[in-house]
Amino acid sequence: MLSYILSRLAMLALSLVVASLVIFVMIEMVPGDPASFMLGLNAAPDTVAALRAELGLGGSPPQRYLRWVGGMLQGDFGTSYTYRAPVAELVTARLAVSLPLAVMALTLSTMIAIPVGLYAASRRGTAGDWSVMGLTQLGIAVPNFWFAMILVVIFAIQLRWFSAGGFPGWDAGILPSLKALTLPAVALALPQASILARVMRSSVLEVLGQDYIRTARAKGLSQRRTLTDHALRNALIPVLTIIGLQFSFLIAGAIIIENVFFLPGLGRLVFQGITQRDLIVVESVVMLLVFAVILVNFLVDIAYGFADPRLRRR
Amino acid sequence: MKSIFTGPTWVALATVAAMNASVAFAAQTSITVGMQLEPPNLDPTGGAAAAIDEVVYANVFEGLTRYRADGSVVPALAKSWTISDDGLVYTFSLHDGVTFHDGSAMDAADVKFSLDRARAEDSTNAQKRLFTGIASVDVVDPLTVKITLSNPDGGFITNLAWGDAVIVAPESIDDAKTAPVGTGPFTMSRWVQGDRVELARNPDYWGAPVALEKATFKFISDPTAAFAAMMAGDIDAFPNYPAPETLPQFEADSRFSVIVGSTEGETILSTNNKADHLSDIRIRRAIAHAIDRQAIVDGAMFGLGTPIGTHFAPHHPDYVDLTSGSAHDPAKARALLKEAGAENLTLSLKLPPPAYARRGGEIIAAQLREVGIGTEIENLEWAQWLEQVFRGKDFDLTIVSHTEPMDIGIYANPDYYFQYDSAAFQGMIEDLKFATDPADRTRLLQAAQRQIAGDYVNGFLFQLARTGVANAKINGLWENAPTQANDLTGVNWSD
Repeated sequence: MLSYILSRLAMLALSLVVASLVIFVMIEMVPGDPASFMLGLNAAPDTVAALRAELGLGGSPPQRYLRWVGGMLQGDFGTSYTYRAPVAELVTARLAVSLPLAVMALTLSTMIAIPVGLYAASRRGTAGDWSVMGLTQLGIAVPNFWFAMILVVIFAIQLRWFSAGGFPGWDAGILPSLKALTLPAVALALPQASILARVMRSSVLEVLGQDYIRTARAKGLSQRRTLTDHALRNALIPVLTIIGLQFSFLIAGAIIIENVFFLPGLGRLVFQGITQRDLIVVESVVMLLVFAVILVNFLVDIAYGFADPRLRRR
Repeated sequence: MKSIFTGPTWVALATVAAMNASVAFAAQTSITVGMQLEPPNLDPTGGAAAAIDEVVYANVFEGLTRYRADGSVVPALAKSWTISDDGLVYTFSLHDGVTFHDGSAMDAADVKFSLDRARAEDSTNAQKRLFTGIASVDVVDPLTVKITLSNPDGGFITNLAWGDAVIVAPESIDDAKTAPVGTGPFTMSRWVQGDRVELARNPDYWGAPVALEKATFKFISDPTAAFAAMMAGDIDAFPNYPAPETLPQFEADSRFSVIVGSTEGETILSTNNKADHLSDIRIRRAIAHAIDRQAIVDGAMFGLGTPIGTHFAPHHPDYVDLTSGSAHDPAKARALLKEAGAENLTLSLKLPPPAYARRGGEIIAAQLREVGIGTEIENLEWAQWLEQVFRGKDFDLTIVSHTEPMDIGIYANPDYYFQYDSAAFQGMIEDLKFATDPADRTRLLQAAQRQIAGDYVNGFLFQLARTGVANAKINGLWENAPTQANDLTGVNWSD
């Protein structure tokens, strides 16, 4: 197990170095200057030059790259040009929205998908199976921003149970904050749950066709016990992969849902950073996201190791 | 499986109902104002973003003078002033007993500090040109300040009303980006970045106290979300409402009032006067005649906006209606193109993100096609637009709204991105600087309007309208936008 973890760790480090280079080069190539963006149409050229100096935009690209990576290694992600606040602070504030939202959405989708997928697989070919397949097809097909708007129309405008959006902040209390995240989490969870339920169903079906399941049934185990004790554990491996991918997607990929519900999440921070040429924010946040994705994949790999002992010995 | 799901569902519903009960009644001394863009920081003296002034102008920061809703400029921190006969020396007497939000007194030394800082060598003030005419600022006594100009400037009092000219204190300016300290009737209490800025009433305000105790500016960039937030009652007012297509729904609903006013935004088809073909006035004139302004206003702006024939705001008393000189006349446009020998012209049309540009651009492209001018449309982000079009001057045509008040002077700068170079026009603007007599100023301003219209510098399209939506019980919101601001000092709720 240890060598397996070590080899995964080496991959993790290598991926990070490559990613940081790619991100830096791409951002360097983006046209547009943050200082002239901030000063608008009437600014004199010397004013722009003064602001560029103040923002520390000088230096050659390799120097800037080393300064950036060196800073990150010491936990310094730079200072936002437009907000004039440390990027780390901005990211922490945004994660306070994005992380709970992702966890809520993922919990919701997993809680729905696993039982539903299991149910559909155990009733293969019946009306129940067909309706699950139909509904999940619909869940994948419906764009989540549209579903989000429908939720807003019903629960915010008509019923007035929820706000149409916004986030009060955790210091306003846990309940109001969770309430503010409920509709967005539901909107995010729907397509994820649909995908996950279908993966779960086909994965269980595949496992149910294996010899050892027949053996288990032959030695007299009930269908339910066969499912829970033998099939479930093996069927979960592909499901774990999807959950890992979904989680990393949800942290930054919720940008459209964040816009619909005007939530101050990480996706919107990146989007704003791009339009305002707040490049240091974009660089550092993208790097953090890459790190998160790589880390999640690493953890999923480790989880495989536990779920499937054969992988450890490879 | 049924039993698993019923339990949590009921708990969830009950919780939601309980949470709603606690927020059912809102006090009527607070207001939540929606804005599409979040200010990058809250220091109006260090950035051009309109969103900064839309939060802090008149609310948190004040200058020596200020704009009122009707566009007039009135005394603010300056009680009164005298101007020397040669028009060079302005002596301001300041209000007594004015304090900054941190408790320190506002006096002549703060005025000197603010103006000197704005015009300094290393100033990052986005409107530094407002202050370049100042030769010196002298403290006469704590409540009197003397400003000497290098040349007379009839617009100086107006310049001081800009958000970029507010009075700040040396003790607090370093933190103004996130913790602004001004003299205004509201203090900044909280900024949840990405979500909202909260202001609270300043109990020690030197002037008439405001009716509101609390004001929240909430940032909603998506037009559909803005609509939903208004409809759900999360937002009380959205003074620059981004979804004009939904206005009829608000007009039909007695809970809301729709506010339509004017802005200082002259929306123009900016033309690169030094580009191939476009340096020929006949081609610029042909473009002007090819454009049907009303069709653009109707198609791109849902009928909101006043056609203009020059670069000047129609609500200004000195405005001259010159739209007839460039009336929609495709036949004339074709004849002019033929005369210029440019019948198979293709021009680049670079469009920044606002809807007036993207939607207006499609309509203009169709109108130009009708007279035989092809266009290559390219959509740009603002940062790209600034780099390519504004600084690089790499364009033929673009559409942009120039939102600064009284900005006809930009035509006197031959290096400005549309590169109009006219000695006659530059002479008028130079004369205007020295003209302090109102009749002279009117004459010069009108001559300047005629000059650029007659030279067909740009396609003059329409004055940008301002459409707001508010709860019908709110009074005192600005109808027009003489400067970019959400002045809440006169806002109150009726019962």
